[in-house]
Amino acid sequence: MYQTEYKRAGSLNEAAQLVAASGGEGKYVSGGMTLIPTMKQRLASPSLLVDLRHVEGHKGISVSGKTVTIKGGTTHAEIAASEELKSVVPGFAGLAQLIGDPAVRHMGTIGGSVANFDPAADYPAALLAMEATILTDKREVAASDFFLGLFETALDENEIVTGVRFEAPESSAYEKFRNPASRYAMCGVFVAKRGEGRVGVGVTGAGASGAFRWTEAENALSGRFDVSALDGLAVDEGEMISDLHGSAAYRANLVKVVAKRAARKAGASGGPEVSGPKTPGGDAP
Amino acid sequence: MGVEGIGASVLRKEDRRFITGRGRYVDDMTVPGMKYAAFVRSPHAHARIKGIDVAAAKAMPGVIDVLEGSQLKADGIGNLICGWAVNSKDGSPMKMGAWPALAFETVRHVGQAVAVVVADTKAQARDAAEAVEIDYEVLPAVVEGPAALQDGAPQLHPEAPGNLVFDWEIGDAKATEEAFGRAAHVTKLDIVNNRLVPNPMEPRAALGVYDPAEEHYTVWTTSQNPHVARLVMSAFYNVAPEHKLRVIAPDVGGGFGSKIYIYPEEIVCLWASRKTGVPVKWTSDRTEAFLTDAHGRDHTTHVEAAFDADNKIIGMKVDTVANLGAYMSLFSSATPTYLYATLLSGQYDIPAIYANVKAVYTNTVPVDAYRGAGRPEATYVVERTMETAARELGVSPAELRRKNFIRSFPHQTPVIMCYDAGDFEASLDAGMKAADVSGFEGRRAEAKSRGKLRGLGMSCYIEACGIAPSKAVGSLGAGVGLWESAEVRVNPVGTIEILTGSHSHGQGHETTFAQLVSERFGLPVENVQVIHGDTDKVQFGMGTYGSRSGAVGMSAIVKALDKVEAKAKKIAAHLLEAAEGDIVIENGEVKVAGTDRKLGWHEVALNAYTGHKLPDGMEPGLKEGAFYDPQNFTFPAGCYICEVEVDPDTGKTEIVQFVAADDFGRVINPLIVHGQVHGGLAQGIGQALLEGTRYDESGQLITASYMDYAMPRAWDLPMFKVSTTETLSPSNPLGMKGCGEAGAIGSPPAVINAITDAIGNNDLTMPATPEKVWRAIHAA
Amino acid sequence: MTDVSMTVNGRQVTGSVEDRTLLVQFLRDNLGLTGTHVGCDTSQCGACVVHLDGQAVKSCTLLAVQASGSSVTTIEGLAPSATELHPMQAAFRENHGLQCGYCTPGMIMTAVDMVARHGAELDEKTVRDELDGNICRCTGYHNIVKAILSVAQSMQGSGEGQRIAAE
Repeated sequence: MYQTEYKRAGSLNEAAQLVAASGGEGKYVSGGMTLIPTMKQRLASPSLLVDLRHVEGHKGISVSGKTVTIKGGTTHAEIAASEELKSVVPGFAGLAQLIGDPAVRHMGTIGGSVANFDPAADYPAALLAMEATILTDKREVAASDFFLGLFETALDENEIVTGVRFEAPESSAYEKFRNPASRYAMCGVFVAKRGEGRVGVGVTGAGASGAFRWTEAENALSGRFDVSALDGLAVDEGEMISDLHGSAAYRANLVKVVAKRAARKAGASGGPEVSGPKTPGGDAP
Repeated sequence: MGVEGIGASVLRKEDRRFITGRGRYVDDMTVPGMKYAAFVRSPHAHARIKGIDVAAAKAMPGVIDVLEGSQLKADGIGNLICGWAVNSKDGSPMKMGAWPALAFETVRHVGQAVAVVVADTKAQARDAAEAVEIDYEVLPAVVEGPAALQDGAPQLHPEAPGNLVFDWEIGDAKATEEAFGRAAHVTKLDIVNNRLVPNPMEPRAALGVYDPAEEHYTVWTTSQNPHVARLVMSAFYNVAPEHKLRVIAPDVGGGFGSKIYIYPEEIVCLWASRKTGVPVKWTSDRTEAFLTDAHGRDHTTHVEAAFDADNKIIGMKVDTVANLGAYMSLFSSATPTYLYATLLSGQYDIPAIYANVKAVYTNTVPVDAYRGAGRPEATYVVERTMETAARELGVSPAELRRKNFIRSFPHQTPVIMCYDAGDFEASLDAGMKAADVSGFEGRRAEAKSRGKLRGLGMSCYIEACGIAPSKAVGSLGAGVGLWESAEVRVNPVGTIEILTGSHSHGQGHETTFAQLVSERFGLPVENVQVIHGDTDKVQFGMGTYGSRSGAVGMSAIVKALDKVEAKAKKIAAHLLEAAEGDIVIENGEVKVAGTDRKLGWHEVALNAYTGHKLPDGMEPGLKEGAFYDPQNFTFPAGCYICEVEVDPDTGKTEIVQFVAADDFGRVINPLIVHGQVHGGLAQGIGQALLEGTRYDESGQLITASYMDYAMPRAWDLPMFKVSTTETLSPSNPLGMKGCGEAGAIGSPPAVINAITDAIGNNDLTMPATPEKVWRAIHAA
Repeated sequence: MTDVSMTVNGRQVTGSVEDRTLLVQFLRDNLGLTGTHVGCDTSQCGACVVHLDGQAVKSCTLLAVQASGSSVTTIEGLAPSATELHPMQAAFRENHGLQCGYCTPGMIMTAVDMVARHGAELDEKTVRDELDGNICRCTGYHNIVKAILSVAQSMQGSGEGQRIAAE
């Protein structure tokens, strides 16, 4: 890691001022689960790190009727364990439980993940599918206007993600097919069955430009919330990631397969029962 | 058997320090004045070094010195060598290219060390390493073994025209051709044994300390064989005279073969300590480990097997290209020859075998022995072939194997090895019973109802361990003998120290070796201390690899214990005024058989040291040493059965059951032996499903971290069903065969046989990633 | 250089570090607590897991300055006394859940955190899921899983709920 300077902000205002004064060389660090590894690899070298983890009031989950608000400093573990979330939008809590590993979930935050927009980040799939609103210290932005491309968001320089807000869907689920090495999503799909028959489908890990809404699948499932509605559909291979872990063609296949499974888990009819293998012969000697 | 003797699952003595964070690994060591090394490494797979400019780096904060290869050469530090001479079939010696510890003319793989920075802190050393400017002329690179042999391929070493290290053969070509001439069926397969990165969890490290007052060198290093390291560094690399060099391998966090070798970094740390006058520590990071630890496997093979009309296998032809990487690592020549082709007979009575192995240089990390070393490659060839043949012949894979098993011993194979004992049918039966093979078709049908493809595959492996009879390996080109040494020191109070040339880096020697004492004298294992890993303490040793610590290392201890017992009995006989032949030692007491006359063990020990009442002419003391040279290899064997479910939509394979039925001969500690099998299975399953080392065409390693190299996680593996059958090895006093590598040797073909059974397509390479399996399903 | 102060294994400690110093470096190099290990560069192997304010975190992915003011428990601070073991430490030994010992401190710290969150409800699938961030190259995880389940099961005071499929 290159030399850097660390400062701990007490408020979002203070944090923004510190980074603004750094002349473009400063970065916010929240859980640091992406930034610190990147700095260790010497692939990032911010001269200043401003820690948001101790900012008062930057953490917390509130549910009001169907409206869910999660503050930026809330960790994945807190989201996964939240009884409120589990009751109103279990699919989203379940997604958080599948992020990284327990140690990562204890540190990593939703604000950091949303601001970074890694192509394999999990939250964006859900936030897109639920048409969530991204909250910053300056404004509110619709998720589809916020996530622009690989590691590219609508955030202005020095702008801080302060949270996300969304309407809890009637039902929702996230399915994730992991990269066997990194264990990040090679394909993750969030299906949200929302009011008035509208269905949202967000896909992460597969798209060459980051997470995206699969609108054809949304339309198909909105018309008929049955897994078979996806049968004739396909995503464009040309827009998929292709790397040593999976070609674009394979990822395109995954998107469809995983989407079907997420839909099924979210309550769509049809499709095979999801159950695990039986262990032969009972217990071993 | 006592409660802590042979056959008892004694909990490990060494665990307490590891579970409380008190293990002592090389990177945990500090000495006064210690500084840190960072290596400057080649970013190119193949390049000529036109110039090195260290001026900017030397001016960086905290930098003590920056050293380069020309200085190393000027100081007379020798090139790294391969210690096993293998000749080509035309009689010419292998072509060993020069490998300096720091490159100064040419770099031949990404990550090769070119210079070293010594600085006050690790971070400063690394900062300065980035400031070393090297002017490279980039040369074309080649990374695949077969490609390196083609006309026009980039040439690596002037010593090796055509990149050919050797073109070696074994077996009887004529007899084999004759067998194929009368074959009723021939099975042919093209096989790639994927390149693996060993990845012990402790990265390599070295701390070199030069003491100018004594002109003495000490190195703490992550080694499986510290004495071999000392010998090679003194006799061949001219780092320090052997009597002025102490090598300490303290707690070592796994090795799996990769810590056998003497690498540039420990040589450089010692040399740099002399040059700079400060102790120099280097600790690899994980990406450095990927770029510099010896890799494993990387064979490309064509195999043909001939069967007669009765489905008896009558001949086998094997043609292998072994990719050795950019340089010949210490035992790199033996792995794809004498540790590989000598096992191509498998468990089967094959009258004629011929194998040809071409070893080649490529612009990749050097390849050497990795857990199993040659034997996994042989097992994969044989067991994929048997399974494929069974499918082609329309017979049960188990029955084809059973029909061809060797049933009488000793059995001389056509490829050097003489199997001395075994019962292959017993392992097969045990495996099939544990796996409930008879119920498989029902399970397959049930899985189908859930949309899953279920498959079953087996592998009946044999390996050669107990490496090795010195005369035998000497005749095959080994530069060293492969015996082992031990010393048993009985202290005046009766406690015992065992000094062994074996080295434990996870195998539990501190416990199993102590169990031998418990068995022999009835003393608690707590009274026994096992000492290893320090050339100043242990007389000599060849170290731990090739599952040799039991069959060879413990045999040496047994020999030393024999001598201790004999002397103790003489002393006791004298003290008790009895005949020596009437003395028995049990439960920590030395008794006259059939009487109540006895001494405590500690009383005999004390008398040995006071010398007051010893028989006339007897030397005082109770301490004996022994060297043990094995009479033959040992031959662990077994049957592994894997059952998988494949998701046809994603190609993802889940291992739903894995059965291992092994014959390791005598088992000293079942708990530890089962643990060895579990770990070996994980590495073998890792090879089959997950681990693939990939270079791009320019020679960049694109799987250089855990982000891209898939290590087996808990989630990838099932609970294993492990059991043992037992035929004793006649070649050593305990009847042991060795258990350290079996899991990694036997499991890959079982997994691939299971997947190909599930998907109905035999054309599948390792690692069987979800995409490959998915494509194979849709190609079928 | 920045002054940091934190509670480590119940003891107040201070130190002066570069801001780029990782918590694991501070623990190992400044405090001599070498039980916490480094096994990778990419926050995946878990050899460095410690507890930060009671939760398992990767000390290789946290700056020492980030941890200033916090309470840290390392493997050296887990046992209740010099002569007693924490139940998880004992279970790893009794089940032969370690071989070379290098991943072991991180494994145990992860396991303690896991059992604290799941208690007796822990099953084999969850254990394997939650070991996703801890790599062991020696044991094939078999005995690690057994060790963790044995501690979880002991929390409900009986052998009921045996959830291991084999051996």
